[in-house]
Order: sequence, then C-alpha cells, then structure tokens
Amino acid sequence: MTRLIAALAALVGALFLGSLTLGPAGIGPGESLRALVLGDAGPLTLVMREIRLPRAILAVLVGASLGLAGAAMQGYLRNPLAEPGLIGVSGSAALGAVIALQTGLAASLWFGLPLMALAGALAGVGLVLALAGPRGGSLTLILAGIAISALAGALTSLVLNLSPNPFAANEIMFWMMGSLADRSMTHVWIALPFTLLGWALLATLGRGLDALTLGEDAASALGVSLRRVRLTLVAGTASVVGAATAVAGAIGFVGLVVPHILRPLVGAQPSRLLPASALGGAALVLAADMAVRLILPARDLKLGVLTALVGAPIFLHLIYRTRKEMA
Amino acid sequence: MTALELRHLSVTLRGRAVLRDVSLRVAPGELVGLIGPNGAGKTTLMRAALGLVPFEGESSLAAMPPATRARTAAWLPQAREIAWPVTVERLVMLGRLPHLAAGQRPTAQDRAAVDAALAATGLAQFRHRTATRLSGGEQARALIARALAQEAPLILADEPTAGLDPAHQIATMQRFRALADAGRAALVSIHDLGLAVRHCTRLVMLDAGRLVADGAPGRVMTPERLAQVFHVRGYFADTAEGPVFQSLDLLEKVE
Repeated sequence: MTRLIAALAALVGALFLGSLTLGPAGIGPGESLRALVLGDAGPLTLVMREIRLPRAILAVLVGASLGLAGAAMQGYLRNPLAEPGLIGVSGSAALGAVIALQTGLAASLWFGLPLMALAGALAGVGLVLALAGPRGGSLTLILAGIAISALAGALTSLVLNLSPNPFAANEIMFWMMGSLADRSMTHVWIALPFTLLGWALLATLGRGLDALTLGEDAASALGVSLRRVRLTLVAGTASVVGAATAVAGAIGFVGLVVPHILRPLVGAQPSRLLPASALGGAALVLAADMAVRLILPARDLKLGVLTALVGAPIFLHLIYRTRKEMA
Repeated sequence: MTALELRHLSVTLRGRAVLRDVSLRVAPGELVGLIGPNGAGKTTLMRAALGLVPFEGESSLAAMPPATRARTAAWLPQAREIAWPVTVERLVMLGRLPHLAAGQRPTAQDRAAVDAALAATGLAQFRHRTATRLSGGEQARALIARALAQEAPLILADEPTAGLDPAHQIATMQRFRALADAGRAALVSIHDLGLAVRHCTRLVMLDAGRLVADGAPGRVMTPERLAQVFHVRGYFADTAEGPVFQSLDLLEKVE
C-alpha cells in the first residue's frame, strides 16, 4: 500500500517535471528548470513562471481533485460507475462559465469566468441538497443530481441557441471541451483555496466510506453519521469539481476511470483508494496535458477531448473484464 | 444490570403502526429469540432499538451517543451487503471501527478480535479470500464474524441463520449462546422455531406489532399462541435431548 502511494507520488513528480520542460520554445530541461528556480528576469524565466508552472500546477490540482472526488463518490454510492459530475456540479459550473462568456463578463473582468463557474457550482449543489432533503438516502441524491445536470445542460444549450454572437458561441464550445492551455498563476490562486478546502473535506471520509461497505444500516450502527458523510461528500465534491471546472472546463472520464483502475491495487478498500486515486488522477491529467502538446502541437488539441478519447476505450476494457469476472 | 431496555416503543411508518407499545428488557447472560410471522415487526423493533428509525417511547441504546452505542451494541442486518471485493479479513476488521480513532491502525488487540471471530465462524482458512466471491452462506458467516469482532456487550442479529446449512445454523446459535453464557447478551430474530426453542434462553413473540408473549421457550410456545399467531399446529416436548419443537400442520389457509 505505502509502496503504491510512493510509486504514484514518484510518477506524479516525474510527470510534473516533464510537463515543466515541455513546450514550443525548445529549451533544454536543465536550462529551463534553472531559469524557473533561480530566475534571471529574462524571457525564459517569464515563460517558465508565467506559462508552464501554472499549467503543471493546475494539472495536478485538477487531476487530483477529479480522482479524489471520483473515488469518494464511488465509495459513497457503492457503485463503480459513479463519477463526480453525477451530483450536477460540473454541469452547473459549466453553465456559470457559459453565462460569463456570453454576457462578456469573462472578457471585461479577468477573473469573471472562474468566478461565475464557482457561483454556478455553488447554486447547483445548493439546489441538489435542497431537492434531496436532509434525511434521504443515496438514491434521492442521484436523482436530484441528474435533474440539476439536465437542467444546467438545457440552460447551457439555450444560451448557445440564443447567442447572437457566433464568436461567443465558438468560444463557449471550445471552453466546454476542457483545456489547461494559456492559464496563468491567477487561475491557480482562484482554484487553490477551494481545492484545498475540498481535499480536506473529502480526506475525512475514509472511515465512513469503509463502513458503508456493509450498507447504510450497518454503517449507522457502527457509529457513522450518514448525514455528515453525505454533506461532507457533497460540499467537498462541489468545492474541488467546481474549482476544477472553473479553471479548466469540463474534463471527463478521469473521476470515473482512475478509481476503477486503482481499486484492485488497494484491495478495494474505499479509504485506501482515496489517496491513491488523487495521485493517479494527477498523474493522468499531467500525462494527458503533455500528450495534447506532443500529438498536435500546432492545433490546440483540447485536454477534455483527449481524456474522453483515451478514457472511453479504457472504460470499455474495464467493462469487458468485469463481465468476464461475473460470468 | 440490563443490556437493553425498551419502554413503550411504538413505530409508525407512512401512517401505519408497525410497532405498538413494546416494552422489553434484555439482561446480560440472555440469548433472546425474537419470533413472529412475516411483518410482525421484528426487524423494526431492532432498528428502532438502535435508533435507526424514528420511534416513540424510550430505548436505552438509541439514547446513547452514536460512538458509545457502536461500542455497546453490534448490529447484523438481514440484508447481506458487501459492496466491494475486499478480503474476508478486511471485512471482519470493519467491526473494529468503533474501537479505532480516525486514521488509527489496528492494534494487536483488534487483530486478536478478528482472529477469534474468524475462528468462531470457521472462516480462518478463508481470511485472504475475496469476500464477494464466497458463496451466499459463507458471506453470511463472514458478516456474522464482522459483528462478533465488534466485541460489544450486546449483539442484535436479524435472521442470522437464514441461508446457512444445518451445521452452521447450529454453530451460529451456539456461538450466540456462548456469548450469553460468558455474560454478554444477544437479541436474535429467527424464523426457525426449532432452533429458537433449542438454543434461546428466552423467547419474545411479536404479532402485528404487539408483544404477545415473553418468557421461557416452553411457556411461550403454547398450542393456543401457535394457532393464533402462526396459524400452525406444532409438537413441543422437553426431552432428554433438550427442548424440541417441530411445526406440523397449517390450521387454516395463510393469506
């Protein structure tokens, strides 16, 4: 277990350095890292500190958030097909961002887009909690999440539909594909507090999720407060996924596939899956974000498109394996 | 000393009275069998006692803070849920959660409790097997082991013997009886009246949400009550082999 965590951490570290030294400027890794750390006020330091460093940091924040939230959501719902977007956070965050793009708020205010996305996530999760009720089980939470996701999706389409400005519509489409290109340290500072808060909340869930292996009744009798688990899960997921969507757009499949891949390696115990899945998510998004720069450097291949392209076949493979095991 | 005290417990679910004014005490040293036909309120009685459903009246367990209650009573629900393919050992270790602080690793004492529970349920050789791949009866035993590992003074079990082979049915009842003889207490709902009569120190009979009889097996299992509550005729005898009960015939059509 500790070996797995160490290996994943080493992988994240290596990919982080790789992400920092990869770029169109074509500078050697040693030179670029020296410029990053020492700083000589030259253009290279500027490139490293203002372009590559925020991109790599955001990949770690977003990836770890999606992996952690996915593992927590699957543990809570006791379903390997659950993913963090299930409770409607990513849909409503996207709606907030789209409104910011459409109204021009994103252009007039440098932090307008992430701010509106966070506001959207907050409003969405508030509605989900109000709909699901304080005592309801996991089923009402899923149903409320589906309803809010559908509503947010419909409203997003409505904004696109009525958009008088084709450029705004274009921008919205591209933003919704999810990307880490051209992000600045500002994005890092906007996402960081919500991300850290969400991580702290989700990290406390291990014990409750372990107990839920035995079902809701047995978990309650083991002294686990299901209400608190649910509230912590929803608040934590809303914080991390809201922040991730606000700075990177919609990046699918990470929260679904990463916990699924790592589960057998941690003996399927939900509490052990949380840290492993966070590191695995960070590694996957770092790797995918390097891949989009290597595969089509000139065409701005979107990160969310790549994760879906890679994630869907992996998921199909997992389904196939599960089917064989069940037979 | 009481392990559990219920006073005037009533439960109403969706406007229907499921449990009406049940008062019950379980003392250390007792293995109390909870019997009654389907829908009599056996499960609801135990869930209300634990505070898992809203109720009127008083329950000594439900009045405790959740953490204290978890160390006082172990609950084995009827639904045999094992959500993830964890090993049997890890599944049983979940019973130790109330004894562990958040993030604390299991101590030698926790491991000893798990070992004892695995041995008691005959699962020692299965400890590294994946729990979800065991047979239904083996899974049921693994979940019994989980409840035993909790080492609570009181254990509440909802039909723990359902789906087990005869040897493991007897072994399970003997295990609960041994706990009672060692000064702990158990409240066990059970449909097999023969097993109930043979192993329980006391029987509590429920019918339509009311407690209709409470006492030694021989005093509870009267022909009149069997007819009224279960609509069956049975044979009951105190033999040299201990008390024996066998249900024989239907008295009227069961609706």
